[in-house]
Amino acid sequence: MTPEAGTVDLKPGSRWRSAVCDTEVVVVRASAGPVTFRIGGAAVFRADTGQDRPSPNRGGAQPDAALAGGTLLGKRYTDEATGLQVLCVKPGEGTITVDGRPAAVLTPRQLPASD
Amino acid sequence: MNIALLLEMAADGAAERVALGPRSGGASYGELLRLARNSGKWLASQPGPHAGLLDGNSAAVPLLLFGSAFAGKAFVPVSYRLAADRLHAVLARLGPGVLVTAPDAALPVPLPEGLAVTVREQFLSEVRDGASDSPTAIPASEDIAALLFTSGTTGAPKAAVLRHRQLAAYIIGTVEFLSAEPGDAALISVPPYHIAGISGILSSIYAGRRIVQLDAFEPRAWVRLVNDESVTHAMVVPTMLGRILDVLLADGERLPSLRHLSYGGGRMPSKTIETALRLLPHVDFVNAYGLTETSSTIAVLGPDDHRRFAAGDAASRRGLNSVGRPLPSVQIEIRGPDGKAAGPGVSGEVFVRGEQVAGEYLDGGRLNDGWFATRDAGYLDADGYLFLDGRLDDIIVRGGENLSPGEIEDVLVEHPAVCEAAVVGLPDPEWGEQVIAVVVPAAGAARDAVALQRWVRERLRSSRTPARVEFVPSLPYTETGKLLRRQVRDQIAVNQVVSPT
Repeated sequence: MTPEAGTVDLKPGSRWRSAVCDTEVVVVRASAGPVTFRIGGAAVFRADTGQDRPSPNRGGAQPDAALAGGTLLGKRYTDEATGLQVLCVKPGEGTITVDGRPAAVLTPRQLPASD
Repeated sequence: MNIALLLEMAADGAAERVALGPRSGGASYGELLRLARNSGKWLASQPGPHAGLLDGNSAAVPLLLFGSAFAGKAFVPVSYRLAADRLHAVLARLGPGVLVTAPDAALPVPLPEGLAVTVREQFLSEVRDGASDSPTAIPASEDIAALLFTSGTTGAPKAAVLRHRQLAAYIIGTVEFLSAEPGDAALISVPPYHIAGISGILSSIYAGRRIVQLDAFEPRAWVRLVNDESVTHAMVVPTMLGRILDVLLADGERLPSLRHLSYGGGRMPSKTIETALRLLPHVDFVNAYGLTETSSTIAVLGPDDHRRFAAGDAASRRGLNSVGRPLPSVQIEIRGPDGKAAGPGVSGEVFVRGEQVAGEYLDGGRLNDGWFATRDAGYLDADGYLFLDGRLDDIIVRGGENLSPGEIEDVLVEHPAVCEAAVVGLPDPEWGEQVIAVVVPAAGAARDAVALQRWVRERLRSSRTPARVEFVPSLPYTETGKLLRRQVRDQIAVNQVVSPT
């Protein structure tokens, strides 16, 4: 699968990886409508098809210097305007953006362990 | 999204941390992932779409759970306490496949065709010795992660289907990744074929909490393991808590390492939880309400609720009978017989909707616009706390009034002459149904039906007073302590025909 013009079908449960850093995310909640989803300023690839593994240095591609805030493993990132929520399953150097807006880290939930 | 990803993430984020077993010598997250992938490869080489387990708790449980995911198969833990004919029926229904068993498992003779039996130790040795490098499959969100046979207190057991996306949504929606403190350890002692046995593994792995396992529950062994392994977290069903409290009272143990005890899987008697709060003031208690079909918990009564309700007067203490408020990730609605949403304080059937809600059996799905009818009766109070009246089929309708058997049983067991109590409804020409109490007397206590009727009348409304009290030597329960009311009712109905009173 090749990167499209930045607009991808972010179905819940689908997994995506950055073209310019190690970040991989799983979609937890879909956005209300189509969005431009990027990591490190670049379009993303489908990561759950088991194909198209990236070369070790991705051909030297790097995140946009202004979008290199990094992602943290296990954190959920959300875009309030569209409702999109993704879970970082592999961390990297790029910043997640939705229609150009950096996604925010969701505040940890305060639920007691129940099982 | 799949449950194997949860283990991969934990191994990425905390490879060296102990995941399973004793503090020293337990398997790290990195090692557990390696073993789970080996398990997946071994399972992939076996026939059939299922990976069965007929055993108590051991390392084989998480390895089969995650291994099944890597192999694209469904994990099917089966109760080792089933009678031979029931066990044969369950295994035959699963069809050809691998079945990992306890060394001393009692297998039906003859075995259903196509079942490849492997003893636990042999499975573990295959997994330890397997090659570790070749990649395994990525299971799809829609694939079945586990099949669980429900306890069937009100009918024949059904095989509940839990898909990867539902279990993963439950964990990601309720557990913060690697949020456990370094010394945290969770004791899993419910059987692997109980939903909490599976959700307990997934929650602990994702939180980064070390898992300690008890093969099969026995209260003294449970207390010893809590102390020996400095267990901080545990989950029990109400009957287990009652038996643990008996040991604490007899031995003077107070479980200093324990910080967090959650309970669920049935109605908690007021006496039991009040005793627990008194004996273990250092422990945070959590009442969790959930069903197999909802991937475990959908509502929780948290530690602060417990302390606040316990500190108040009798009216406030009734709050301890609540199963708490819905998780933020699910919706709960009470509906009347007309299907319309009921207001605060009005009883009806509990409906639930959310990404973790599966509501599906092997013979098909039961969701309606995403909503699952739980068959539990209950109400939400004005503050949003959920109170359960019991299974809908067990509710007694007397003179148009809905009576909760559990409420009456709670009052009966407070009487010093009562050891256990079951309350059922029997057909009555005048009232529709009448209230019948079936009581196991306390050792050496008098069998005084009139005194028990008066006891209930003084504490509840007169409509709840048993029309008749029967005394029996014992009551039937499921293996996880759920009262088999239907069996009690059938027995009493038969007795009534044989010897009318």
